[in-house]
Amino acid sequence: MTSQELKEVCRQARIDIINLTADAASGHPGGSLSAVELMTAVLYTQMRLFPDDPKNQDRDRFVLSKGHAAPCYYSLLCQLGFFDRSEMKNFRQLGGMLTGHPSVRTTPGVDVSTGSLGQGCSMAVGMAIAAKYLKKDTKVFTILGDGECQEGQIWESFMSAAHYKLDNLTIIVDWNGLQIDGTNDEVMSLGDLHAKCAAFGLDVIELEDGNDLDAVIEALSKPAAPGKPKCILAHTLKGKGVSYMEGQVGWHGKGPNEKERAIALAELEEK
Amino acid sequence: MAEKIATREAYGKALAELGRINDKVIAFDADLSGSTMSKFFRAEFPDRFFEAGIAEANMISMAAGASTMGLIPFCSSFAMFATGRAYEQIRNSVGYPGFNVKICGSHAGLSVGEDGATHQCLEDVALMRLIPGMTVIAPADAKEARKAVFAIAEHEGPVYIRTARLATPVLEEDYPFEIGKANLLTKGPDAVVFAYGLMVAEVLEAYKILKAQGIDITIVNMHTIKPIDRECVLREAARCKKVFTLEEATTIGGIGDAVSDVLLGNVACKFRKIGVHDEFGRSGKALDVLRAFGLQSDLIAEEIMANL
Repeated sequence: MTSQELKEVCRQARIDIINLTADAASGHPGGSLSAVELMTAVLYTQMRLFPDDPKNQDRDRFVLSKGHAAPCYYSLLCQLGFFDRSEMKNFRQLGGMLTGHPSVRTTPGVDVSTGSLGQGCSMAVGMAIAAKYLKKDTKVFTILGDGECQEGQIWESFMSAAHYKLDNLTIIVDWNGLQIDGTNDEVMSLGDLHAKCAAFGLDVIELEDGNDLDAVIEALSKPAAPGKPKCILAHTLKGKGVSYMEGQVGWHGKGPNEKERAIALAELEEK
Repeated sequence: MAEKIATREAYGKALAELGRINDKVIAFDADLSGSTMSKFFRAEFPDRFFEAGIAEANMISMAAGASTMGLIPFCSSFAMFATGRAYEQIRNSVGYPGFNVKICGSHAGLSVGEDGATHQCLEDVALMRLIPGMTVIAPADAKEARKAVFAIAEHEGPVYIRTARLATPVLEEDYPFEIGKANLLTKGPDAVVFAYGLMVAEVLEAYKILKAQGIDITIVNMHTIKPIDRECVLREAARCKKVFTLEEATTIGGIGDAVSDVLLGNVACKFRKIGVHDEFGRSGKALDVLRAFGLQSDLIAEEIMANL
């Protein structure tokens, strides 16, 4: 796909995020919008995926550790052809396949169940360890939230990723700076996240603009340091692409109403 | 006197044995392989033994991830830390998706002894029973522990297996082991005792004491606490009319609750739970601690006699 086509995928993802969360009158638009370029770059440019055969043994693995960004994930899985667009209207509805947080039990293309923060990165580490044992060239990617890095288990997983020299693993932090109760710094400062991740033995790349698709692809495409897990700390904008959501803590976990939906869609149509 | 082997030791040796015939089996431990006895697997298969360090939450979620690659991870730690510390990881990383992860909680119950209440996990059975789709197994002796390891590897889905620190008698008879199928050890008419783990050997001793008093009881080895063998519970309770449950664990959420759930509204009977009644354990020699909580054969016999 060309860069232009990928940007169109991103734009569609943003439209879907708004529609999904507006239809459901719940969900997490802010952290979905911030992760659009990160997730698009991973799923579209880095992974072997088999939408017609989701469990194909040769697939690469993706874990959405920040499972609340499900609306973005679902849009991309839908655009990739894992399921029909008609499923999208049932997001968060009883009986639908698109659960509030990703579930391996219901959604084609999803390999683990996430949503309880702190656990996904460990699952990705387990996949990468297993791939090495099985001598498979499987690549494993995971996207974390910045607030999620307050969970102790994240640091346990970083320790083990470095210990097992998982150069088949890429950890991406969607560093939008905001969480439910305020900014990261107000709630629980992450301090020098870059230095901490480096000290834990990760090969750290800090991205000034994690909503710059080309820059994300470039960072992802850079070869991993031998024997080190790659860690991309991507500064992003929470609510990116919808003016009234950008940089607003309040848009973490609620859906837009009809008036707000119309404004958001109008803005996204223009882009 | 029967030979004494701890179920943890039998588990560890069986795991290594299993490793020889199934290269999908991998093992995780949280810095306790010398105690959980996953050390036997570790020594034989260093390339598929993964140390998690003292980080049980990460261990469980890593195992969940590894299972999605088609492997069968066995995670071992003390019952307290495996099921207590990492409860939510077991629920959400393993239980909810229904992954093929086996979790072994060793050093379960009061029989840890000297380490005391912080390490005497009395809640593991209750916690694991709470998780939909979780199979909960507590072998009674070394032979059963070995058979359980092979059986749970064949079973697709999450399993919790409870082992003990204390070396306990290897039971004389060699029972068949089928997940979910209880074993009747004696068939007396006066009462039925549903027990698991180390308490099976204790109640077998209590049986002799009671027999000498002219009381003949039925003993059921409920090695699988979940899914519980409903048919056996209903049948034996209806036949004996007096029901006891016996566990080296809290009576809240354990086999007493599991059995009473089956019986409630179905069988009219006397019912008594023997176990630890809403208390923490204590530090002391294993047998002394078990005695303090009434979980030795003579005290169990007295308890049964007093409630017939």
